[in-house]
Amino acid sequence: MTTSPDHPVPEPAGDAGRVRTDLLRFLAKHTGRDWATDADVFGNGGLSSIFAMELVVHLERTYGIAIRGADLRMDNFRTVQRMGALVERLRQPAGGPGA
Amino acid sequence: MAAESGTPGAGLRLAVLGAGVMGSGIAALAVGHGIAVSLVDLDRRRLDEAPARIGHQVRTAQLMGALPDGVAPGALGTCLSLADLVTAGDAAPTAVIEAVTEDADAKAKVLADVSALVAPGTPIISNTSAIPIDELARAAARPEDLIGTHFMNPPYLIRTVEVIRGTRTGEATLDALRALLAALRREPVVVADAPGFVTSRILHPMINDAVRVVAAGTADAESVDRLMQGCLGHPTGPLRTADLIGLDNLVDSLWVLHGRTGDEGCRPCDVLLEMVRAGHLGRKSGRGFYEYEGEKT
Repeated sequence: MTTSPDHPVPEPAGDAGRVRTDLLRFLAKHTGRDWATDADVFGNGGLSSIFAMELVVHLERTYGIAIRGADLRMDNFRTVQRMGALVERLRQPAGGPGA
Repeated sequence: MAAESGTPGAGLRLAVLGAGVMGSGIAALAVGHGIAVSLVDLDRRRLDEAPARIGHQVRTAQLMGALPDGVAPGALGTCLSLADLVTAGDAAPTAVIEAVTEDADAKAKVLADVSALVAPGTPIISNTSAIPIDELARAAARPEDLIGTHFMNPPYLIRTVEVIRGTRTGEATLDALRALLAALRREPVVVADAPGFVTSRILHPMINDAVRVVAAGTADAESVDRLMQGCLGHPTGPLRTADLIGLDNLVDSLWVLHGRTGDEGCRPCDVLLEMVRAGHLGRKSGRGFYEYEGEKT
């Protein structure tokens, strides 16, 4: 796992559900409305795409991950489900689960 | 890292003067397109903070699909003095972009200094939202090397760039700027010189009027923006745009327009002046017509 230099002490690993719950809370706080886990947060009536970088920084700081290269694309942040999956993948040790 | 061989920016080396909002944004655009940048600012604190801010913008640009695939970032160097730019050989800039504060005297001084330092034929590009290029050319050692740009903010996201050709701008300078903008994948629209050129001459008085509408109690900021977006197709609304420009920069540009055109519609309205005095400068200070929690740059 790569550690973000901005937040060297990540929260302990938890299940995917906890990541999603945190993201839903973060989105609700910043948008003043509730979101479904499969809703396109940048879709019609949703967030400005400029907000996407805030999501990236939030995920990096909260989970001690570094989102780089091909992972740094809007599609990975469109829904809470996708963000959760990205966090889960990046939190796996190099070599994949159980390695 | 140097630019990959064969990328559009290979061989280009840009000097950007001024590490404020626009200087940093232009530097991020160049770095993200594989062009090496030397960023100059006399303010050590601002210069020290610039690499992180530029890195953040390059990442944001990548996230939004605004950068070409497979291009290694250009190297970013910082200098506290213009004199550091004057080095022989490969390190000499192939073009200079002046992006200091929107103040005619400050720009004239920097342009005079840099034009005396760089090699003749090096394009010197003044990035300004309103100051006529012919006025700035009086300070330059070689007015034929001087040309204007008006990048929008953020430069990595808005592809169209207003290019201002002064009456003394040389053809070679215009060609060199076109080549640079092509390497940056920007689309130039060349216009003649005038206070505020085209975009600011139209947009800035309109924003000023939008603030007056809010001050009069006709509608709140969000309603103004929603109407301008929904009814008139404005991409963000005038007041969100004002927050993005920076209210201090907007006021500076309005004074430039007012002073040079005499148009009373360009006199910054009281609410704008009060907001600037209070430090509510828009997105960059975290608060303007809207609040930007966690977005301060």
